[in-house]
Amino acid sequence: MQELGKAELNATRIIRQDDNRVVIEKDLDTEYMVLSMGPQHPSTHGVLRLECITDGEVVVEAEPYLGYLHRCFEKYCEKLDYPSIVPYTDRMDYLAGMNTELAYCLGVEKLLDIEIPRRVEFIRVIVSELNRIASHLVAIGTYGIDLGAFTPFLFCFRDREHILNLLEWISGARMLYNYIWIGGLAYDVPPDFRKRVAEFVAYFRPKAVELQELLTENEIFVKRTKGVGIMPADVAINYAWSGPMLRGSGVKWDLRRNDPYSIYPELDFDVPVPDGKFSDIGDSLSRHLVRALEMTESLKIIEQCLDRMPEVDGFNSRALIPKKIRPKAGEVYARAENPRGEVGFYIVSDGKSTKPLRCKARSSCFVNLSAMKDLSKGQLIPDLVAIIGSIDIVLGEVDR
Amino acid sequence: MSQSPSLNTWSEALSGFYIGWLPLGLLIVAAVPLIFIALYALTYGVYGERKISAFMQDRLGPMEVGKWGILQTLADILKLLQKEDIVPTAADKFLFVIGPVIMFVGSFMAFVVLPYGPAFIGADLNVGLFYAIGIVSFEVVGILASGWGSNNKWALYGAIRSVAQIVSYEIPASIALLCGAMMAGTLSMQQFCVLQSGPYGFIHYYLFSNPIAWLPFLIYFIASLAENNRAPFDIPEAESELVAGFFTEYSGMKFAMFFLAEYGSMFMVSAIISIVFLGGWASPLPNIGGFALNEWTSGPVWGAFWIIMKAFFFIFVQMWLRWTLPRLRVDQLMFLCWKVLTPFAFIAFVLTAVWEIYK
Repeated sequence: MQELGKAELNATRIIRQDDNRVVIEKDLDTEYMVLSMGPQHPSTHGVLRLECITDGEVVVEAEPYLGYLHRCFEKYCEKLDYPSIVPYTDRMDYLAGMNTELAYCLGVEKLLDIEIPRRVEFIRVIVSELNRIASHLVAIGTYGIDLGAFTPFLFCFRDREHILNLLEWISGARMLYNYIWIGGLAYDVPPDFRKRVAEFVAYFRPKAVELQELLTENEIFVKRTKGVGIMPADVAINYAWSGPMLRGSGVKWDLRRNDPYSIYPELDFDVPVPDGKFSDIGDSLSRHLVRALEMTESLKIIEQCLDRMPEVDGFNSRALIPKKIRPKAGEVYARAENPRGEVGFYIVSDGKSTKPLRCKARSSCFVNLSAMKDLSKGQLIPDLVAIIGSIDIVLGEVDR
Repeated sequence: MSQSPSLNTWSEALSGFYIGWLPLGLLIVAAVPLIFIALYALTYGVYGERKISAFMQDRLGPMEVGKWGILQTLADILKLLQKEDIVPTAADKFLFVIGPVIMFVGSFMAFVVLPYGPAFIGADLNVGLFYAIGIVSFEVVGILASGWGSNNKWALYGAIRSVAQIVSYEIPASIALLCGAMMAGTLSMQQFCVLQSGPYGFIHYYLFSNPIAWLPFLIYFIASLAENNRAPFDIPEAESELVAGFFTEYSGMKFAMFFLAEYGSMFMVSAIISIVFLGGWASPLPNIGGFALNEWTSGPVWGAFWIIMKAFFFIFVQMWLRWTLPRLRVDQLMFLCWKVLTPFAFIAFVLTAVWEIYK
């Protein structure tokens, strides 16, 4: 759709056809209504505010407003020791704390240039993949709610509960773990860990299929999401999209494969990309589909890790944690594949202090959300909700 | 009631019973079923919905108030009664107040023509079905009044959607009911039940005795979901899109009235569908040889039992659908109404007419 001037906008009517064609009728003078969607709205997933200019049910333009959850993460980092930043990273993406911790610790470890015990690497991958499943379950469940299906949401939360119990058992916390530390882990895993995670994997496999049948293959669900909010691959790349969003547009880009870290190169898993048979490539359904398929891939990763994880007698997960973290002067950018896309930390050290000179966080949700204005043009309000849901934002990470 | 005198002798006699100026007999015949339904609608409809949804979602539902949380709805009513009655300053006061009242009245006035058994009926109008369809459309006025009067953009969206939806879906719904009227040759609700009762039980129901009846039956069921704003057609109150639709600004007892009206309408359409296609209060059990099951399970009390059970079944199906399906989009909803249900309703209409002539 071409750009319209303000005066022109006032005399133009945008009509969306059945086949998603946008037809513009000029010289039909209708009045526009400004609709403030959020920050207190059920489907803006937190405190996102969209200022929509609407023509009836059609959104002519939507402008996202951010910052309602801003907590000065980056400024705080300049006043904190390297290890004390870890709990703050949990609070960025509170649905995937382990993954964000991992990204931050990778950065500092790169800066310090230290070796990590192999068992620690395996545990880190297991917990972050568990957390990825938990995060995708929330994404899929709330997406169901956005489209009016309430039951899948509770099924998702029931299954997520098992993961949270496991992670609570390991770290003592359900969402804000502070478990992955620089150079090691807060605690080693409990003795029965392997057995209970294997039990969960066995339990979750059929549940993932059930979810697929209940939600993804539902006729109404497909009708609501197929062809809605199409993002072509080149535009997605220009917007610097990452994670399931970019893969939904058909780009096979996964940092676990393309810029491998930890022990991911040793593991065998696929990067699911929609093939365009069930969904139109780049639409909301593709993005949902990528998340649904990724959960099964994560299960594969967890199973392999459980098999290969070395048992070490008298293992101390804190043994290699440096007493005082004072990296050499320099800068580093470390990134990891989070459930919502690429999360990166750019850390600068001046070589004298135990605090970073600068710590910039690259938020996946913030970048993904930046395409909202483009995606929302000419959509109906229900489709706008479907698009926001498919972006799967966590406002804690958007605003930091 | 003149067409079925034998069934209604004692209820007619009771209607004539006065204590001074007080029409006590009439109160018992007409008002008691209504009160029962109102009580049901508020307490057990809500309680049932919460429990059914809970069991479908691996939860327990309300468990705290009373055994198995059975008094939960009463506690909720008390809470709603205590709440401050807020009218927003920017709202149109008259419309804001009158909206829920109109909706409530529209929903509950239709109960007048519902027969609960051969003896209980508020008023056996000879145009009962027509009256029910007409009075339910009245709800649209209430929705529009409250949506516009709230002076809230979300409420306005909800009201506009709701009016468009209900007015559209009335067409296939009415045509489907018209098919039923053609099969029976009457519009009187009591007469529908009388015609569908007989010694072979459910065989006499139009759904089973008429080969075309399933088509208007399905059309009316789908359309009635939309008329009631039930999922998957709950777009006027789509909470993830429009916050709460046309009752966004309502709280306290006014909100409870919307709630009551919704559950009342649910029962109403369920009762209508069971009267028109499933015999209403007629017992479904057939006489088998010496076991006169049909005779044993007929009569005023059994009649009330059967119609309420049939209505409960359809309410259960409505809840089942609500907690399973996602919501349609507005344009898809309209597509379904105008391009699928309405043409099929006309086809059903013609087929029924042909069947009625040549059967």
